[in-house]
Amino acid sequence: MSQVVLDAKIPKGPIQDKWSNHKASVKLVSPANKRKYTIIVVGTGLAGASAAATLGELGYNVLNFCIQDSPRRAHSVAAQGGINAAKNYQNDGDSVWRLFHDTIKGGDYRAREANVYRLAELSVNIIDQAVAQGVPFAREYGGTLANRSFGGAQVSRTFYARGQTGQQLLLGAYSALMRQVAAGTVKLYPRREMLDLVIIDGRARGIVCRNLVTGELETYAGDAVVLATGGYSTVFYLSTNAVNSNATAIWRAFKKGAFFGNPCFTQIHPTCLPEAGAGQSKLTLMSESLRNDGRVWVPKKKGDTRPPHEIPESERDYFLERRYPAFGNLVPRDIASRAAKAVCDEGYGVGPTGRAVYLDFADAIKRLGVDVIRERYGNLFDMYREITGEDPYKTPMRIYPAPHYTMGGLWVDYNLMTTIPGLYALGEANFSDHGANRLGASALMQGLADGYFILPVTIGDFLADHRPDGLTTDHPAFAAAVREVNDQIKRLLSIRGKKTVRQFHWELGRIMWDYVGMSRNAQGLQKAISDIQALREEFWRDVKVVGEANDYNKDLEYAGRVADFLELGELMAMDALDREESCGGHFREEYQTPDGEALRRDDLFSHVSVWEYKGEIKDSVRHKEPLVFEYAKPSQRSYK
Amino acid sequence: MKFHLKIWRQAGPDQPGRFEEYTVDNIVPEMSFLEMLDQLNEELIREGKEPIAFESDCREGICGACGLVINGMAHGPKRGCTTCELRMREFPDGAHITVEPFRADAFPVIKDLVVDRSALDRIIAAGGYISVNTGSAPDANAIPIPKDIAEEAMDAAACIGCGACVAACPNASAALFTAAKVSHLALLPQGHPERERRVIRMVDQMDAEGFGSCSNHGECEAACPKGISIVNIARMRREYIRASTSKAGARAVL
Repeated sequence: MSQVVLDAKIPKGPIQDKWSNHKASVKLVSPANKRKYTIIVVGTGLAGASAAATLGELGYNVLNFCIQDSPRRAHSVAAQGGINAAKNYQNDGDSVWRLFHDTIKGGDYRAREANVYRLAELSVNIIDQAVAQGVPFAREYGGTLANRSFGGAQVSRTFYARGQTGQQLLLGAYSALMRQVAAGTVKLYPRREMLDLVIIDGRARGIVCRNLVTGELETYAGDAVVLATGGYSTVFYLSTNAVNSNATAIWRAFKKGAFFGNPCFTQIHPTCLPEAGAGQSKLTLMSESLRNDGRVWVPKKKGDTRPPHEIPESERDYFLERRYPAFGNLVPRDIASRAAKAVCDEGYGVGPTGRAVYLDFADAIKRLGVDVIRERYGNLFDMYREITGEDPYKTPMRIYPAPHYTMGGLWVDYNLMTTIPGLYALGEANFSDHGANRLGASALMQGLADGYFILPVTIGDFLADHRPDGLTTDHPAFAAAVREVNDQIKRLLSIRGKKTVRQFHWELGRIMWDYVGMSRNAQGLQKAISDIQALREEFWRDVKVVGEANDYNKDLEYAGRVADFLELGELMAMDALDREESCGGHFREEYQTPDGEALRRDDLFSHVSVWEYKGEIKDSVRHKEPLVFEYAKPSQRSYK
Repeated sequence: MKFHLKIWRQAGPDQPGRFEEYTVDNIVPEMSFLEMLDQLNEELIREGKEPIAFESDCREGICGACGLVINGMAHGPKRGCTTCELRMREFPDGAHITVEPFRADAFPVIKDLVVDRSALDRIIAAGGYISVNTGSAPDANAIPIPKDIAEEAMDAAACIGCGACVAACPNASAALFTAAKVSHLALLPQGHPERERRVIRMVDQMDAEGFGSCSNHGECEAACPKGISIVNIARMRREYIRASTSKAGARAVL
């Protein structure tokens, strides 16, 4: 086994005091010196925008990059359902402890306790901050904030702004960011894609970007680099992520020496619109909040083609309520997804493809009235109608699971620093807080906790020890990195093969979905590894990329991202093969209980799998960060 | 389904543009308008031709990246939906469809159907925020906000910043975009301390960016994929007049 010791730098002391103790003991940068430091923040989603804005407020000199034309378009904008916080405004027994426990348990005991506790602790500050920014959360008639319960929680701790919570929180962070742009502390670089990380003397000191309008390669130097570039579900081709969401920034950092944590931990979201047909570019998520009032069912008879309203109550199988009476339709995402897949695999699925289950609101409409349902889910129902042409007020929705979120990401310590000094990873780009499965309404919470409250404290501790040294992009390391990036671009454009980038991406997606998707086994994973290797070899021999390097060129952008996915996919399969247990969203068919639930093997796999790049993907080495549970004792998850 | 397309092609900001004609076949009705363009681009790439540049990201109507003028209408013929949400079943088989970028002086063309909308970001930077540093917020329930006010603010805050209002307006005015943000923040008590300077600065920035003036055509509301009402423009005017005649507003002008 490896000799590498991964120090998570978890502060000493009782869990409830760790963060306050840490804050009280970190080094500070004096207000007059902050502006002498340049911090590069890549990404403008919840994590990136909140970090850039807050660092700017503190007085640092911030350079903020995004691939979109405006920071407001980062994919956090699409989160629908809500954000958790342990405010206990509903007096239903919630607390920081309970949110901590729920998150650890929901993640199937594969997350770091200290981080998760801190997340729960900071959740309350996020709501305060967002409200102060003008985020129009839902309210009660008395003017106080409204809450709802959300997948996997037995308390109502989710704050929401209709079905557009991510949008409103992002616009809050974006407005704070634009205020700093106006103040001159943050300089914004939209339409830039980070293509390499520059390391000097072992420290992250800059980035190489492609200007997506002119095609020019640009370099930027700084005292630290923060990656908040999101997750990598697009490796599956069809996912709920945006079509431009990609792994390139974190992947290139991985290849420069940042370790990758739990790459195989992916979340397949249960409530998405089923695949409709050829040419589809993405899958659309319907917020999980729908499961609060919608009931999931399939016909009791296999291959029943009757329209749903003709199937009498007695011939319906409400399979989540049947299998999980305590939580019913509100079981965590991984369980709901697998249950839906199972009934479809057995032939009970509905709709033209048989790969869908019903989500029925008839009872809720009868109980609450159509107006209440419209107020709660109106925009989601409209969206469903737009896409399918069916009216969910009258006929049940058809839903099916789709890749949605990646719990894996760059390994970070308690300070959110990767294994490369001065390189930080925030939000979905890091592996941190969700273990093997993320609870609903926790992604927004984590992104904002990282960006508003954690990084601005921890980065000062690092910078205080690393004074500005006047580094500029004239340092030869920048020219070398540019050469490397340029070579890859030239190579992509010179292959002039026969298959388009999209075809390769589609084929990769098929392999990932079939063998590295919702349920996995050793044989399938081995096949995935060799299939991906073959596909990658074919890509570099036969891909067709058109246009010029020094121009607006979407095809070239896409080719670079798919090239990276073709490597990342292999690492995901290797990690899934290595983890011989089932936990959360990672379900290995060999390891299940007699009634088909995930079987964790705490004696062997109570660790973070942390991968180090060694020149070839297949040679990557797996290290372990052992997970110690002092406060949330692992138990077999039961939602029955 | 089969469609005959006339699409605006333009190599760069300073290059002359022109329409080019394409025919696409084997389109399924469930496809979105952008997926139809994806298919056309795949064919162009296979032929070694340059694909049509257009923008999109979330493809579920919330990020605001996409935006095309389709048959003369921003985001196409269907009300209340973005280009990415528009399905091909909205068009009759064999239809002739014209596709152009969002046109406005303040939105210069970058390439083909891609335009530069950074002017909208600069309007927000001019004052579309509440000045509250991280960490200085009071408890979230400290200020009760009546439900109907919160809902009204949310109606305005739902703007996705796509710029369809500008493209639809005969004057290329950004009044609806600006008014949506002014309204959102003016309605909420948190927004009141900066109410006057915000509206003055945002409106001044809007004018400086070269957007036209609003003359109450109402095309913006019709084109808005999120149904933002022009009532917000009326509110912005009220806010502007109120600010212009107040001390706080006068300070903002300086």
